[in-house]
Amino acid sequence: MSDIHTSHDGASHGSHKSYIIGLVLSIVLTLLAFGVVMLGDFSTTTMIVTIIVMAVLQIMVQLILFMHLELKTQQGRESGGFFFFTLVILSLIVGGSLWIMHHLRLNLM
Amino acid sequence: MFGKLSLDSIPFEQPIIMVTAAAIGIIGAIILGLITYYGKWGYLWTDWITSIDHKKIGVMYFLVALVMLVRGFADAIMMRTQQMFATGGAEGFLPPDHYDQIFTAHGVIMIFFVAMPMVIGLMNLVVPLQIGARDVAFPFMNNLSFWLFAVGMILVNMSLVIGEFAKTGWLAYAPLSELKYSPGVGVDYWIWALQLSGIGTTLTGINFFVTILRMRTKGMTLFRMPIFTWTALCTNVLIILSFPILTATIAMLTLDRYLGMHFFTNDMGGNIMMYVNLIWAWGHPEVYILILPAFGVFSEVISTFTKKRLFGYKTMVWATVAITFLSFTVWLHHFFTMGAGADVNSFFGIATMIIAIPTGVKIFNWLFTMYRGRLQFTTPVLWTIGFIITFTLGGMTGVMLAVPGANFVLHNTLFVIAHFHNVIIGGVVFGMMAGLTYWFPKAFGFTLSEKWGKRSFWCWLIGFYMAFMPLYALSFFGAMRRMQSYEQTEWQPLMIVAWCGAVVIAAGIACIAIQIVVSIRDRDKNRDLTGDPWDGRTLEWATSSPPPNYNFAYLPKVDSIDSYWEMKQQPGGFKRELATKFEDIHMPRNTAEGPILSLFALFFGFAMIWHIWWLAGLGAIGMFVTFMFRIFNNDTDYHVSAAEVEKTEREYYQRLEVQA
Amino acid sequence: MATDTIKQHDAHAQDGHEHHDASAMKVFGFWVYLMSDLVIFGILFATFGVLAKATAGGPTSQEIFDLPFVMVETFLLLISSFTFGLAVLAQNAGDRGAVLKWLAVTFLLGAGFISMEIYEFYSLISEGAGPDRSAFLSAFFTLVGTHGLHVTFGLIWIAIMFVQISRRGLDSVTKSRMLCLSLFWHFLDIVWVCVFTFVYLMGAM
Repeated sequence: MSDIHTSHDGASHGSHKSYIIGLVLSIVLTLLAFGVVMLGDFSTTTMIVTIIVMAVLQIMVQLILFMHLELKTQQGRESGGFFFFTLVILSLIVGGSLWIMHHLRLNLM
Repeated sequence: MFGKLSLDSIPFEQPIIMVTAAAIGIIGAIILGLITYYGKWGYLWTDWITSIDHKKIGVMYFLVALVMLVRGFADAIMMRTQQMFATGGAEGFLPPDHYDQIFTAHGVIMIFFVAMPMVIGLMNLVVPLQIGARDVAFPFMNNLSFWLFAVGMILVNMSLVIGEFAKTGWLAYAPLSELKYSPGVGVDYWIWALQLSGIGTTLTGINFFVTILRMRTKGMTLFRMPIFTWTALCTNVLIILSFPILTATIAMLTLDRYLGMHFFTNDMGGNIMMYVNLIWAWGHPEVYILILPAFGVFSEVISTFTKKRLFGYKTMVWATVAITFLSFTVWLHHFFTMGAGADVNSFFGIATMIIAIPTGVKIFNWLFTMYRGRLQFTTPVLWTIGFIITFTLGGMTGVMLAVPGANFVLHNTLFVIAHFHNVIIGGVVFGMMAGLTYWFPKAFGFTLSEKWGKRSFWCWLIGFYMAFMPLYALSFFGAMRRMQSYEQTEWQPLMIVAWCGAVVIAAGIACIAIQIVVSIRDRDKNRDLTGDPWDGRTLEWATSSPPPNYNFAYLPKVDSIDSYWEMKQQPGGFKRELATKFEDIHMPRNTAEGPILSLFALFFGFAMIWHIWWLAGLGAIGMFVTFMFRIFNNDTDYHVSAAEVEKTEREYYQRLEVQA
Repeated sequence: MATDTIKQHDAHAQDGHEHHDASAMKVFGFWVYLMSDLVIFGILFATFGVLAKATAGGPTSQEIFDLPFVMVETFLLLISSFTFGLAVLAQNAGDRGAVLKWLAVTFLLGAGFISMEIYEFYSLISEGAGPDRSAFLSAFFTLVGTHGLHVTFGLIWIAIMFVQISRRGLDSVTKSRMLCLSLFWHFLDIVWVCVFTFVYLMGAM
């Protein structure tokens, strides 16, 4: 298995190892999420928290192991930084919209 | 076969439209005739339509914007005239049906087809030069962006003569914009014009963001960039993150209208308030997209014409970044009265007041730059001073509107209209006019007439106050927005004053037209031979006017802010010396795929509006096939040979010597 | 001082370095585009969140979602993400044949995903649970359908890469396009994680 190496175009590329680990982790996280909802007898809150945690973890696995998001190179920091900023803005807009619409529903519907 | 389209779609019975159409037809025919007579079609195709040169594309954006300013202003003067007469039972000359289309078209045209292209046009012309680059990161995409914008513009203009336009206001609120209440093609014109040009805008955002981050010349760290480039960077961040909101929202409205879905309908679970929420989540960042580049222009103009470095460069940058972030936290202030309640309203009211702070910082920095400087009262400086006064007033009325309690009284009154025209005209228009005058010589090689520029400024300044101060007063008497007529005859005198103001602005626009004609006529007297007519500070002034297509024979090396100024301050001054050795320069080729793909997009858009499904399919396939041609095209770049670079540079230096 | 004339030239202007820069710039530009795409999906998710209970007396999420079916779709897409990664590794190793092989496998898996989704949509529409039945269904079909449309464009792009790599091999142009496609394909799997979590799993509770 080849080591993780940096190619000449600045992005870091994975190795077979990183992709296989990524696949296995993703499968496990997916099975856990589906399992908790389909098989278990948990409270709604537990289920919701669990599947959200599973989703966040799987997204991070895919970002790091499949998409090679890293903060070591200048270019990685730029991409990572803009990604982080996008997430912040999205939280504001999505979160803000849900908050606003919830209040509108309370008051008007 | 032709969907909903028929001869009945042309409003033969409306004289105003028919006369306008005839006028456009005649002028268009003359222009096309002249081009044919002088045999210029080849030149137009090779040098402009297929151009990937950011300078040419910038010029084209601005030119289209100026033409559309005339159309948008025609709408404005019709509204002012209508409101001057239609009181106390009089109906005026515009029935509500027509009037509603006019105020909708006025807003859509001014925001999307005048202000946006002016901003994008300036960014196109200036940013690559300011960062010492040869073009943008993705030149083909730049060409495509322009032509998609042009398609949107064409669709809006077609709606005048074929069919109708939306009657919903410029943001097309649901449920009025849904099929049930707007069964005609008007809203569909709105939808497709904005979607197609919106894609162009988003691509521009991506293009310039990458350009500024990745193509700065050696030594130009982020904190050595000119302020206009900083504001361009932040503007493009706003575009990248806000325009997708518009895309998604219009798409959902489209699905409601075309496939019977229920996002924003009155029934079956639709939520009309979600439309308002989403459209303003885009709409607020949009107005910052318009104003930030104007702020950038003012920074450049003030420091150039006081011959002082801009006061507080770092705080200017941080203020701009703060505004960029905060502009995503205030959008609810456009619908305080929709009913979200005190908690929500307070949060957004406070956030709106907070965003005024960094703007205030910028104003103080401009004033401090001027303090103890030797300000030259050139036309761009006049526009700037006019801006500082006018925009500050408009910003203050904005802070008034930010108070939810006050907003409940002022919402949908003429106060809102006066406020946003105050900041858009005082801010964006004045900024664009300053930018036009300032950078015109760089684009064309000669300066604009100062005399007519000053006349234009005074007409705009006086005209603005005459037209909009009465609206503030009227709003306190209870006057609402979008009124086709009104009962209160005592409001009429103020409406007449407002009309006079509009006429004075018309004179200002005429002065711009005259200025351009006169300047072209006198161009030999006003040649910019060195490329630096204003004793400028930033790198664009280090090139010839206009620059060669490759911008710089050698990419400059930079080690400070205002790097060109610093080069000039060296002992012995800045020597424009002919280099001894030249290199081949790698440049992108022109592209036919950009305009052709956009032409298919025009067919697609028109067909979708009129439900001509076979034509829509053809348009979509055409777009795809053209794109495939681009993908499989191996011959997209070439090299300007060192010999040719040398020849171009020699000619420039010979002109310099002649002048000296 | 040597820096006071405009003669300074960029010593790095060799074609090789330029290619390196151009490729990295394209990948970065594509990443930025993906951020704008993320916002579109974000808005569709927000809208789904607001309209999820607006069933207008029609079918609810609990009634129409088939979790085992969705789990199979999920694994098809997940594995296709993995096989695309193998294609990129093959590209790094310069193995054109392997790249083509893994592209083909990815395509089949992706096509399987889309087929299942088309089947799901078709069934729902034929039992009267189409996107015009209620706001909830409009939001569901649009969110999931937009993701499906993206995957479909990805499949077309995979086919195009297959043709281009067969014809011109692994050169700087095809390699940078593969990197962009890889970002796209993985991004779609990430969006799908959000879809099955917030739409299907939550909807089934």
